[in-house]
Amino acid sequence: MMWYFLMSDAFTFGAFLIAYGTTRFATNGWPNPNEVFKTYPLSGEGANAPLVFVSIMTFILIVSSVTMVLAVHEGHNMNRKGVAKYMVLTIIGGLAFLSCQAWEWTHLFHEGAWWGRNPFPNADGTISTTNFTNFFFTITGFHGFHVFSGVVINIIMLIMVLKGVFDRRGHYLMIEKAGLYWHFVDLVWVFVFTCFYLI
Amino acid sequence: MDHTLESLAAEQHAGGGVREIWKVTIILSVLTLVELGLGIWMMYLDDGLGKHFIKGTIVILMLAKAFYIVGYFMHLKHEVRNLIMTIVVPLFLFVWFIIAFLADGNSFKNNKNQWDRNHQERSKEPMPKHEEGTHSLE
Repeated sequence: MMWYFLMSDAFTFGAFLIAYGTTRFATNGWPNPNEVFKTYPLSGEGANAPLVFVSIMTFILIVSSVTMVLAVHEGHNMNRKGVAKYMVLTIIGGLAFLSCQAWEWTHLFHEGAWWGRNPFPNADGTISTTNFTNFFFTITGFHGFHVFSGVVINIIMLIMVLKGVFDRRGHYLMIEKAGLYWHFVDLVWVFVFTCFYLI
Repeated sequence: MDHTLESLAAEQHAGGGVREIWKVTIILSVLTLVELGLGIWMMYLDDGLGKHFIKGTIVILMLAKAFYIVGYFMHLKHEVRNLIMTIVVPLFLFVWFIIAFLADGNSFKNNKNQWDRNHQERSKEPMPKHEEGTHSLE
């Protein structure tokens, strides 16, 4: 059933991203992402480091996906301590990603960007539309909400692991289902990252 | 009941192992690095065919990453064939969605530029400068 839920979720994200793409194709000019996303924490005002911060976020999410696979793998070996260790690492990765995103949103808000207002001109300096910020905050926000719920699910799973629920049940299939959801969140980020930051 | 679940679990995980996990991790990292490299290279190019070509390459690399995440991390590659088909076949609808909607957006833009002079003139005006740190609603 998890697979069918994820498929429907994939259609939701797909609809968002296609709406974004259609709007972008229907608009003259678009802000240059390398101009908008060029700072990182503690960098000061004049930083010009596009792609640096967001690539760190991407790697955080990939690594947390890897630790999740390792947790599932330990689950097959019925190794309670191993599962708990990798679940903790996965949760830390999820929280790190959320913190990065919180910083980025705060930073953009202070630059004057929010739903309905867009301080960034188009790449050629002409007037831009607020669609740029609207789509950015809606889609990364929807993804961030998925990350948040994934972290909550993982914490619940960790508590169940520590209480020995799965040992009594005889299998760690629940960890696997939580893992599917977590990988899906990583998968969506691959698409969001490409569509908003790279191209 | 327990017995069926256990044998099911054993059956589903024929492939895999820690070595495969690390192999896929390395592939994903390398693909991401190549994407970043292309993204940085693209900053120094003017708009044109070359840039579109790089964007296409990035999209292909993105799909490759998606394949590795779904196939190996989410284990779909080792599932029963019927499950794979019920998941993957509906996703092919996206091919049509993407082509149709992007073409639609593009033709909307062209029509508007052609028939609405006012719109086209306005899209050539430079953006007025805002004061740093103000949150004016516009």
